[in-house]
Amino acid sequence: MIATARGFRARQSMGRTVRGLALVAQDGFSARYDLDRIAGIFSRHNHKLAGQSYVGKILILHTAKGGVASAWMLHEMASRGVIPLALVFNSVNPILAQGAALADLPMLAGFDEDITAAIPSGSEVEVNPHERLLTVIR
Amino acid sequence: MRLNDEEQDILAGKSGSVARQALQHQLKVGEFFGAEDFVPVTQAHIMADTESLGEAGVRWLEEIATAANGKVCVRVPTITDPRGTDFAKASFLRHTSTMIELERRAIAAFERLGVTMTDTCINYQTIQAPTRNEHVAFGDTGVVIYSNSVCGARSNFEGGPSALAAGLTARTPRYGFHLPAQRVANLHVRVECAPASLNEWGALGGVIGRIAGNYWAVPVIEGIEKSPRSDELKHFGAAMASFGSVALFHVVGLTPEAGRLSDVASAGLPSYRVARDDIDALSHSYRADGLVDVVVFSAPQLSLYELRDLAGLCEGRHFAVPLLAVTSPQIKPDSDRLGYTARIEAAGGTVLSGMCFYQSYAREIAEANGWKRLATNSAKLVNILGGYGYCPMLASMEECVDAAVSGKLT
Repeated sequence: MIATARGFRARQSMGRTVRGLALVAQDGFSARYDLDRIAGIFSRHNHKLAGQSYVGKILILHTAKGGVASAWMLHEMASRGVIPLALVFNSVNPILAQGAALADLPMLAGFDEDITAAIPSGSEVEVNPHERLLTVIR
Repeated sequence: MRLNDEEQDILAGKSGSVARQALQHQLKVGEFFGAEDFVPVTQAHIMADTESLGEAGVRWLEEIATAANGKVCVRVPTITDPRGTDFAKASFLRHTSTMIELERRAIAAFERLGVTMTDTCINYQTIQAPTRNEHVAFGDTGVVIYSNSVCGARSNFEGGPSALAAGLTARTPRYGFHLPAQRVANLHVRVECAPASLNEWGALGGVIGRIAGNYWAVPVIEGIEKSPRSDELKHFGAAMASFGSVALFHVVGLTPEAGRLSDVASAGLPSYRVARDDIDALSHSYRADGLVDVVVFSAPQLSLYELRDLAGLCEGRHFAVPLLAVTSPQIKPDSDRLGYTARIEAAGGTVLSGMCFYQSYAREIAEANGWKRLATNSAKLVNILGGYGYCPMLASMEECVDAAVSGKLT
């Protein structure tokens, strides 16, 4: 029997199609509040991904948090290659959409279910903004 | 998105490459959020400290300024959020020459684009408060939530690139809080206590921000009996935006869109109660062991009244640890003229201008100065600084000044 890839439809999307490993948590995201952007890890001690590297991962989180700095910071992180491969949220604010637009970072947001509960951390996923689709490969 | 003739011309490059690039960026964002068209804006406010921009962001700005070639400028008044340093006090803060040079380059690029370097996050107190229903493109979450909620203006959180784009095109995509339907409350909060100080107003804002939890949540609040002062609502809103990414709140009988509960809320909203215990719990979660390396008043920048109060508390005191008070370039001359700066600095404090603590390389100055345990009366600041490696502590202005004298919060 051939396993069928499971897909989740987003309401909002931006960018190009990418595949990678998912890093998942039921927590928020702010480049200023939560990250050590030089080391490429979550640095806020009470973040559920504290100490983990986000570099090259498809980050799947609940919502955007905090201030407006992420709009610049994603671009700066991209210039050094110390950036997630894509961002996926249950709910996103304008700052991360603006930042993703400047940084050319693929993003999906808005699902019918809690996407952080639906995707196991460490699974291989595909982000397809054109189809507004998040697919679990394995 | 539906484009009018002018917008189609901009997109076709008839207004030059800078305006086209700005509109293309705005289209990406507008289409992401399903905006149907653009709305004209009257003001823009750009958050752009160089810790956020980095070398890449400054180079991006310089490329735009070069492409503009002195021929393209912002089309509506476009002002700036705090810079990444106070040039007059950079050596005290131990900002490096690299940081300072990056700041100078960013400022030069902005000036070539016609941006007015106000360097303030309290422009609603110092430059020009927006009016009800005025569509603006403001950055800094504290500025947006105050302008939307207290002034009744209409803005989304506009990050630096988008705020600059709005200044260059004099418009922004019409989505989010530009739309009346988005401004309706979707949760109800009953406050059962009266905050007594700025740190308590901030803590209350933080508690409500945590309840609300995301940008699209609009709390309508009942139970605030007296009319708060501008500084109280400043800390309240800034903390709510910081803890919850909230951009708009209503207070029944106080804020302009909520004369009555029914003006902004339908029946059956999810409802929450906030009591004294909730404020205390948030505050106590930021108290640690009480030892203090540095005391900071910032985030948002201090008003003249806050500096007056602080100056009064500094009278006859001698600080054992550094005390920093950060204000805007508009307030600082009055603080100097009225003797507030001298009284704070006679006690050993330092009054800084045109920056904000967390936007001024907070991690690097912590390491350079040995600052880890930080006391402040700003709930917004304690929320931010955890990610920068600080152990932030929230207390009243009076307690913070006492801590600057003794080196510990009691």
